[in-house]
Amino acid sequence: MLDKKLRAMIDKVADGRMDRRAFIQRMAAVGLTAPLANQILALGGVAMAEGPSTYKPTKRGGGGALKLLWWQGPTLLNPHFATGTKDQDGSRLFYEPLACWDPDGNMKLVLAAEIPSIQNGGLAADGKSVTWKLKPGVKWHDGKPFTADDVVFNWEYAKDPATAATSIAVYRDITVEKVDDLTVRILFPKPTPFWADAFVGAAVGPIIPKHLFEAYKGAKSREAPNNLSPVGTGPYKFIEFKPGDLVRGELNPDYHMPNRPYFDTLEMKGGGDAVSAARAVIQTGEYDFGYNIQVEDDVLLRLEKGGKGKAVYAVGGDTEFIVLNSTDPNTEVDGERSSMKTKHPLFSDPAVRKALTMLVDREAVKKAIYGRAGRTTANFLNGPEKFVSKNNTWEFNIEKAAKVLDDAGWKPGADGIREKDGKKLKLLYQTSINGPRQKTQAIVKQACQKAGIDVELKSVVASVFFSSDVGNPDTYPKFYADMEMFQIPMSQPDPAQHMRRYISSNVATKENKWQGPNFTRWANKDYDAIIEAAEGEMDPIKRAELYIKANDLLIKEVVFIPVQHRLKVEAAANNLVCIVSGWANETDNLFDWYREV
Amino acid sequence: MSQYVLRRVLIAIPSLLGISLVLFVVLALAPGDPFSELATNPNVPAEVAASLRAKFGLDDPIYLRYLHWISAMAHGDWGFSFVSRMNVDQLILQRLPATLYVVGSAQILALLIAIPVGVYAATKPYSLFDQIANTLAFVGFSLPTFFTGILFILIFSVTLDWLPLVYTTDVKGTGIHWVLEMIRQAIMPVAVLGLFQAASMTRFVRSAMLDVIRLDYVTTARAKGLGQAKVIVKHVMRNAMIPVVTLIALQMPAVFGGAIVTEQIFRIPGIGSLLISSILANDTPVVMAVTFVFACLVVLFNLIADVLYGWLDPRISLR
Repeated sequence: MLDKKLRAMIDKVADGRMDRRAFIQRMAAVGLTAPLANQILALGGVAMAEGPSTYKPTKRGGGGALKLLWWQGPTLLNPHFATGTKDQDGSRLFYEPLACWDPDGNMKLVLAAEIPSIQNGGLAADGKSVTWKLKPGVKWHDGKPFTADDVVFNWEYAKDPATAATSIAVYRDITVEKVDDLTVRILFPKPTPFWADAFVGAAVGPIIPKHLFEAYKGAKSREAPNNLSPVGTGPYKFIEFKPGDLVRGELNPDYHMPNRPYFDTLEMKGGGDAVSAARAVIQTGEYDFGYNIQVEDDVLLRLEKGGKGKAVYAVGGDTEFIVLNSTDPNTEVDGERSSMKTKHPLFSDPAVRKALTMLVDREAVKKAIYGRAGRTTANFLNGPEKFVSKNNTWEFNIEKAAKVLDDAGWKPGADGIREKDGKKLKLLYQTSINGPRQKTQAIVKQACQKAGIDVELKSVVASVFFSSDVGNPDTYPKFYADMEMFQIPMSQPDPAQHMRRYISSNVATKENKWQGPNFTRWANKDYDAIIEAAEGEMDPIKRAELYIKANDLLIKEVVFIPVQHRLKVEAAANNLVCIVSGWANETDNLFDWYREV
Repeated sequence: MSQYVLRRVLIAIPSLLGISLVLFVVLALAPGDPFSELATNPNVPAEVAASLRAKFGLDDPIYLRYLHWISAMAHGDWGFSFVSRMNVDQLILQRLPATLYVVGSAQILALLIAIPVGVYAATKPYSLFDQIANTLAFVGFSLPTFFTGILFILIFSVTLDWLPLVYTTDVKGTGIHWVLEMIRQAIMPVAVLGLFQAASMTRFVRSAMLDVIRLDYVTTARAKGLGQAKVIVKHVMRNAMIPVVTLIALQMPAVFGGAIVTEQIFRIPGIGSLLISSILANDTPVVMAVTFVFACLVVLFNLIADVLYGWLDPRISLR
């Protein structure tokens, strides 16, 4: 039914009887993210439009200096080596992708001349190839022309395992071929509904020049002198780089977009901590923009009073969640705890899982911790607020949780802790060391105590918790605890990668050195089938329905308890017009930034 | 004398080797992973981090890694930062000027305050000046730098808006304007560090002076009619300075090492902030190089202090 309606709607948009925005909002109602809705239009026969530009300045330059404060400064400036967002942000100042994402999840052209669609022949109907036309006349900062050879080279560079590029996963399975000097075609091994991954966005998209990196492909990659002095196509030309401390750039007079950039010079300063970065932007106004201001809302509100800047929010799909271990962390099988050969002694009773969902006071977590930077949610897969799926609800109710446990036979013992068949409801709840996370732990623990569940809290230094170190027992993939809490950033406006993690063949085990991305250890054949179907599904509407089903299954089985849908928080000077997308890095739309006079 | 120096240098070699071994083993056994950030990025499969670990030799046994490191070090190769993918010596050299400038100025400020105040307080023990100096010194070294640093920021940057909160690496402008701006932005960190050092040093100078000032030869000097200034400067200070010199010499490595907390608060791109960010990122080659440089400096300045003793007090013979 939905299917037919949608077809009619797409036709309406194609004829101009329906507004694109209205279409996206209707899509939202069924839980589709904006980027995906746009791609549905693209595949359904309506060209994917560029988001409207809000850029006002009518001439290039004249904006003075733009001072950015990154409290973790970039440590390298080659996008293919980026180990974290800070490096991607720094590289993106000088290098550019073919297209990027705007705050609404629309695609914005950068080095590409047009957005591929079925009409313009860019998209293959079988979803197995996409053809990009490049902007003519684009020059690298050293004056050499930018061509299809550069794009093809980036693919060859990144997919070579000896290069040790962190972007390898995106490029190793695809084939990129040059059609002519200004056209490239990407071939996918299987139908790929989300085709805007390679060469798009700040994370893996930026393109480096072939003529400077050609000699340094493979094992010699680390010797390239331009790893530290980027020569890109971006709005700002590179001047100076001190790892972890400073990146400087100046206006590129030959930039390929009209009237851009606005600022004459650019500075990205690193170091310090989030609170003092917020202070330097919002209170003293020494800097124009500070990234990733994960500071308590009270503090931000206080700084904003009579200050020179404000907090800025961008909605993406990041969800802070608690995951319940499906295996037993306390029993060792063949030298492995949390082994797939075990079952969790308490969580194998669905009543315990159900009770726990009612003991996480998401509203209190929002009020006391995240403030404007968080939204309560019942879903694991979260788009922007207006895109939240309506199939799930959540509640916080200690009495009801207690009743569920009572009915399932978990009776309070002499010490007030519930037990059944000699098993006590005692849980170990771990997370990384991070102020908001410890406070969330405390809120959950308190509610659990009232319901007769004893919760022991554990917090692990982030660099250990998120490590891939096989020798360390405290990493999140090892999951030697009953529950753990963190978030997996959704770095791409499409759920495919995000949801694929949790299929059963991805379980982290000793055998795969805990490299399997499914840390939950939850294995469910229905889920596998849904994901399998979604990945082979070229019909965008059916595909979207499948991902919603996958989300609902994760929630129904209480694999995850979503705690908060987290927003990106940035600090910006009051007169700075900064375009920040929740679907991309902070610097992805930097060419559109300006200052209001 | 030269024989003594040579012998000390030769003794230093095994102790530095020992230090490097201990540092290396501790760092290798420490938890954490330089590629931890990759682990939460859903776009990057776990085998990418694993292949990076293999490429940088993190999966080799510790003794192999140590042998690699020590032989590279012997060839002047300080190693390669996992996080920045650049040479460690380059990273350290980039950070050195800021540290030398800020921490060096702070040491000079501390000496300029501590020696005159300490000496004057000792000549008039339990006078009003001495009492005030003592009280301030106690307050000074009881307040940690992270507290005074934030206090200064609140007063001078936020409330009064006189001084910048963030230390800029490349100050714009040339000539006198550049010099003034460099001084302006260093005022707060230098004051925070300098006053903290000065507080403890004042107490030290005072007590060293008091020890000497009561000795008989000082009375003799006075008895033969020498003026107060001459007695204090020529007779008392020279002898009282011996322990002070040790203290200063042993603090010199800290000048190179930077002040970790202060650098972090004011965002000074020095060695201290490099060390802390490398520790947080588990960038072991950088941590190893920086700590090893510290160790060398400590050994070196110990030697310098010993040599200075002989010069200050001919009664101490170096053999």
